Amino acid sequence: MTTKTAAIYNWVDERLGLSELAAFARHKTVPVHSQSFWYYWGGISLFLFLVQCFTGVLLLVYYRPGAEAYESVRQITFVMHFGWLIRSAHAWSASLMIFSILVHMFSVYFMKAYRKPREFGWLSGMALLGLASVFGFSGYLLPMDELSYFATKVGLQIPSAIPWIGAGMANMLRGGPDVSEFTVQRFFALHVVVLPAVFLPLLGFHLWLVQRHGNAVPPCVEALPPEQRKSMPFFPNFVRKDLAMWLISLNILALLASVFPWSLGKPFDPLAPAPMGIHPEWYFMSPFEMLKLLGFVFSGKFATVGEIAGILLFTLGIVLWLLIPFYDRSKESGQRARAAHYFGLLAVFALLATTIIGYWTIR
Amino acid sequence: MSQMTNLPANIVEEPSDRNTRRAFLAAAGVAGLAYTAALAYPIYRYLASPSEMALSAAAVTEVTLKDAQKLPAGSVLMFKFGPSPAMLIHHQDGRWISMTAVCTHLGCTVQYEPQADRIHCACHGGVYNPYTGANVSGPPPRPLKLFKVAVNETGVEVSRA
Repeated sequence: MTTKTAAIYNWVDERLGLSELAAFARHKTVPVHSQSFWYYWGGISLFLFLVQCFTGVLLLVYYRPGAEAYESVRQITFVMHFGWLIRSAHAWSASLMIFSILVHMFSVYFMKAYRKPREFGWLSGMALLGLASVFGFSGYLLPMDELSYFATKVGLQIPSAIPWIGAGMANMLRGGPDVSEFTVQRFFALHVVVLPAVFLPLLGFHLWLVQRHGNAVPPCVEALPPEQRKSMPFFPNFVRKDLAMWLISLNILALLASVFPWSLGKPFDPLAPAPMGIHPEWYFMSPFEMLKLLGFVFSGKFATVGEIAGILLFTLGIVLWLLIPFYDRSKESGQRARAAHYFGLLAVFALLATTIIGYWTIR
Repeated sequence: MSQMTNLPANIVEEPSDRNTRRAFLAAAGVAGLAYTAALAYPIYRYLASPSEMALSAAAVTEVTLKDAQKLPAGSVLMFKFGPSPAMLIHHQDGRWISMTAVCTHLGCTVQYEPQADRIHCACHGGVYNPYTGANVSGPPPRPLKLFKVAVNETGVEVSRA
């Protein structure tokens, strides 16, 4: 460094403490072992979230909520240069983000990275996944085409099955007894203001926890004596690999968005019948199918019982999943650790099976 | 190179190492720039769409105002000539005048005042002649551009002079 740049650096450093940050980055390490690959998925999710923010702001430049929603999305898709690409990138990166969050979640689960002291990391991550799916659900309505209309209609039937408060809750979310321009207006407010306002601080908390506790290692590595464990410097080695993963993700996204552009259906019409082969997005397929299967079990008179039982069972599964750090706590691989492992396998199996059945039975 | 062969191996290797390193960095830099450009171009075109549309709208040379021949004397009709506002004035003496309505000072839309028989810009008090478009007083640096007017029984045709 020349004396002038050194002087500028010192000036900024005195005020912002850059050298503390640099020292922190120098000392931070990331464990290296056979399962290190899974460490990149949180970063990939973060990157795809940034893509969501960026493409979302670009869509916001022309999108108009309310009665004109469909027309404005039609304009974005067919009139504005490359509007189709921006919209396609937004939709595809949403799907990819949910996918990478799921991979991240299951890798954390099977590496048992939720154990002490990382319980809050697990809980905040689950909350982020929940918010991401609400992002997905609310964003899906915004084009106001046929598919989004029916998806929202069906999706809001689920809360309305909750006894006593369900119907009122669904009406409140919809802004009336049916999906209309009032719904799209409030979903828009939710999607671009409320959700980001909740998501961003929570994401900050989640990332701060990751910095605070460092990467967890799977139990088999934890059992090794310290001298046998390997690690690499966070900066620049891990950051470089992380950025390479971001670049790969961006390329996959660009490929998907340009080769398979997101379509826009016919404008919604409350009098038109639901189109053939209509089905939820892949990340809602599993819960949708589970509820449908329970509907078969309890049919006719017991249909309402079935719906309520389905929601209860589903809620129970999610609560158990959330509470896993408080059940499987011990570092020794005892009975609880094994039970948690099997519970995880069961969850993966149930998700995959119901998703496959869901796609198999599309008419 | 023949001179260098006598030098110890580590010294011989160094310059070529530096060359490959430099070549690699240069190639990476070029690839990075190309990549950034490939990302930035669609975004630029996307954001520039409305101004491109306005440009093609500005290529308009003629506007037909249906039923505008019924405009009473001493009144004005505001309309869009391409992307920007314009006005058609039917003067008390029966003359038809059309000109752009964008003030040449800072782009506000001007208005015709029949009582004062002038064109006035409320933003900074610019005044124009309602027959010629000439800038009479205030800050406007240039006159308002006149259009050609042709009145027939179905409407008024306004075209670029």
